[in-house]
Amino acid sequence: MSEFLSGDLVRCVVGGSELKGTYITSRDGMAVLKVDSGYNIGVFPGDCTLIERPAPMKPAREEVIQDPSLPVLSIVSTGGTIASRIDYRTGAVTSQFDASDILRAIPGMSAIARYRTRKLYTILSENMTPSIWQELARAVYEEIQGGARGVIVTHGTDTMAYSAAALSFMLETPVPVVFVGSQRSADRPSSDNVMNALCSASVAVGDLGEVAVVMHGTTSDDRCAIHRGTRVRKMHTSRRDAFQSIGIPPLGYVDYPSLKVTLSPGTAVRGACEPALHDRLEPACGLLYFSPGMSPDILNAYAGFKGVVIAGSGLGHVSTSLIPAIRELIDQGTLVVMTSQCLNGRVCDRVYDTGRDLIRAGVVEGEDMLPETALVKLMWVLGNEPDSEKARRMMHENLKGEYTRRSLHGL
Amino acid sequence: MDYKRLGLVAGIEIHQQLNTREKLFCRCPTHLRPFEEHNGEFFRYLRATESELGEIDRAAREEMKNLRKFLYYTYDSTCLVENDEEPPAPLNPEALTVCLQIAKMCGMTPIPQVHTMRKLVIDGSNTSGFQRTALVAVNGTLPNGGAIETICLEEEAAQRVKGDVFSLDRLGIPLVEITTSPCMHSPEEVQEIAEYLGMVLRSTGKVKRGLGTIRQDVNISIREGARVEIKGVQDLDLIAEVVRREVQRQERLLSIRQRLTERGASVSRTPHDVTALFSHSGSKILKKAPRVMAVTLAGFAGLVGEEIQNGRRLGSELSDYAKKCGVGGIFHTDELPAYGMTEDEVSALRAEVGAGEADCIVLVAGDMHQAECACQQVILRAELALKGVPEETRKMLEGGSTSYMRPLPGAARMYPETDVFPVTVTSECWEAIPRVELLNAKAERFSREHGLDTAVARQMAYSEHVLLFERAVDLGIAPTLAARTLIATLKEISREGLDINPLVADHDHCGNPIIPEVLQVLLGVKKARVGKEAIPDVLRRIIRGESSESAMQSVESTAEGADLEALAKRIVRERMSFVKEKGMGALGPLMGVMMKEVRGAVDGRKVSQVLKAALSDALGEK
Repeated sequence: MSEFLSGDLVRCVVGGSELKGTYITSRDGMAVLKVDSGYNIGVFPGDCTLIERPAPMKPAREEVIQDPSLPVLSIVSTGGTIASRIDYRTGAVTSQFDASDILRAIPGMSAIARYRTRKLYTILSENMTPSIWQELARAVYEEIQGGARGVIVTHGTDTMAYSAAALSFMLETPVPVVFVGSQRSADRPSSDNVMNALCSASVAVGDLGEVAVVMHGTTSDDRCAIHRGTRVRKMHTSRRDAFQSIGIPPLGYVDYPSLKVTLSPGTAVRGACEPALHDRLEPACGLLYFSPGMSPDILNAYAGFKGVVIAGSGLGHVSTSLIPAIRELIDQGTLVVMTSQCLNGRVCDRVYDTGRDLIRAGVVEGEDMLPETALVKLMWVLGNEPDSEKARRMMHENLKGEYTRRSLHGL
Repeated sequence: MDYKRLGLVAGIEIHQQLNTREKLFCRCPTHLRPFEEHNGEFFRYLRATESELGEIDRAAREEMKNLRKFLYYTYDSTCLVENDEEPPAPLNPEALTVCLQIAKMCGMTPIPQVHTMRKLVIDGSNTSGFQRTALVAVNGTLPNGGAIETICLEEEAAQRVKGDVFSLDRLGIPLVEITTSPCMHSPEEVQEIAEYLGMVLRSTGKVKRGLGTIRQDVNISIREGARVEIKGVQDLDLIAEVVRREVQRQERLLSIRQRLTERGASVSRTPHDVTALFSHSGSKILKKAPRVMAVTLAGFAGLVGEEIQNGRRLGSELSDYAKKCGVGGIFHTDELPAYGMTEDEVSALRAEVGAGEADCIVLVAGDMHQAECACQQVILRAELALKGVPEETRKMLEGGSTSYMRPLPGAARMYPETDVFPVTVTSECWEAIPRVELLNAKAERFSREHGLDTAVARQMAYSEHVLLFERAVDLGIAPTLAARTLIATLKEISREGLDINPLVADHDHCGNPIIPEVLQVLLGVKKARVGKEAIPDVLRRIIRGESSESAMQSVESTAEGADLEALAKRIVRERMSFVKEKGMGALGPLMGVMMKEVRGAVDGRKVSQVLKAALSDALGEK
């Protein structure tokens, strides 16, 4: 089958019928052809013969002229698809990253700003690592230093909230740093990429002064919500409005298609600080999801880790049988922080016996921090603060809006 | 009309909904809902995506002239897949099996590995902006010697409620699309082939029935004309008329082209802004419009208003194109002065744009963007009139005329549905698909084997209850009784507004197979538990919630013993003059009255005995 190249014109016999098509690829031992009507079919490669090998087509690309009177935004891409293009000849969908491609795919973008683009990575977000977060933080910092009015980070949605939290801790930013992605692929006419991109650009030229995630606010194309990087979580596998602010209201909204941005009071505003980068992280940290009957061996495996966040049950519990192993970890120098699988609400280990035992063992109550945010914060705190007692105290301080001192009604 | 001389060539595409348990790419049921039962709404904008060549499909581009907002109704019987909020489930194997069965009946060759594609459709009828479709088999044969090119398995689109509002209950119902070659040469032949394919589809017993569950698209061209695809012919009886009218339209467009050429007609590409001319117009539309623009069609006078099809003029075609920009329509000087516009205004207009009496001026009104866009569309269509018949997708209007929908889509609008795995059709799987008896063969067999009258046999074979009939015959029920009950009685009962589903259900609530109630009742007749006159009454009782057992018992107990004697006496008394006239010969006619009164609940012999006694009493008294 390897004799065919994508784009070859081939003839194929199916049953008694002869079909002509363009060879696309091989799949499960079958040759995939695109026939004249546009359909792909899978046929036996032995039934195909080459007719001709056409010269590859060059995509027609016109450069898009950007309006010099508009502010400059920087788009840093890590692999999330903000724009894509379909090759109808082969059916391939390719992600687009350069400014011209993005502007052609999403024409409304050119009315908001000028763009410069920086392709940092092309990875699925589940393959992100703390060291990539660090690289990303440095790249964004450089873009801010380089005079960008705001920075847009395109990112896969799976772990976007981790990256947004990581940049929240590593960066002091006077300009908006906006994470954006799409839940439904950019090739589809219904994709959320267009509205999310336009809304994120509108936020990036606006008055915000912190790291945020801008994604659909509802299942309709009515508005995007602006979420704080340390309080946002992906709460649905596939819906457009998967991203939700947990424990606080969103930082604001962007109406669509008017693109009017409304920020809530209490949001960090543009220019409130000087840009700074604190890009050290302690990678030897883990996040453990407690389940009933869990073996202490699992905790023992964290021996040597600098920090562990536990997503405990309810108010922040694990079974009594795990407490000796936790005490052991802490005695060996691991900082252990308790959060809750409930996600909503505050940890309190002073109500029940197991909780009081956990406190006695030296566990830090993670207040109302999201487990993932607590992990990222722990990495950052341990990376920047060598004194373990101070590090412990920092886990109790509100550094970047990651925890609130009061649990408000209605959230 | 001599269609051969005109060079008529036609092909059809038949879209038929399948009656599967679940939808093609999700686990939702495949039944439709009344719109008022919708439990939620959401809205989206759709946008054409760019192809590798930097092109947007021409049909898609046309739909994009306006950024349109589409509103969708959701139901408790729809899910996130219809909302385009969840990836599709694997291709429904039940639907694929039905599709393969149809392919086999048409002598087609299956594709070894079936790939699902995304076909761009951005008219709002698909929440995703594409329709999922897969090519399943190729190369079948038709009775007229023509060929079936392909059979595809597709998802049905959402149903339009009104304007840009769609209902998601229909989205995702499996649909087979059968495409014939352009092998038909007269309107009647098109109708015959459509009827034949409809019969083949119904022979599977797995297709939905009723209005809207089958739709025909017809591809038509004549010599020097162009391929025009007419979508959504739902009524089979209209299909020949649609072909006739399209041939007429193409012929007249060609005639208009000839006259335009003779006149040396041309289209001015520069529209005039004539807003000021109409600031005090009697036409409210023109007076209120922020922008009124005029396009001069030199040498077109009289032809824009010429009828090309029942109720359609060249002007209607220009108007259809202009409407894509959001304007309500056009005005043209072939029909002016009218609509509140005066003769003076028309003269002033001609003077303003420098047009003579031989020219036609087209006016469009709207906001600046709409008016400019509409002018370009009018210019585009008018220039096409100089060339003849444009290739188009058109939609059927009531009666069989058509209006413009969009350009014919290019092949450049399909790409793979990467979320659905390809399905391999092995030769074992293909061999295992049973051949199904065609309905016309079945009708013949019913007549031959069961002695049904030809018309009844055909009606029974084509009825949705045909499987019940075959089962009834297997159970030893008299074929004529079974046929009469399943055709006439059930229809009669459903006309009363009663839901006959409880009578014909062949599964209980837990999904276990059962003998349908209507057959239970027919078995009761066979065992002489109830007379056949009682069937409608027993069936009504079952619909009201009684079991077939208790319904039959209730009917039995309504007329027993003494009651029967009293009834016989009353009937005889009420018809005394008739009885006197006929003597014991009145027994036969009065039996009919008696049986009707007892609604068949009592055995005929007993009724006859009692009636005979009552008669002789009455005659003796005389």
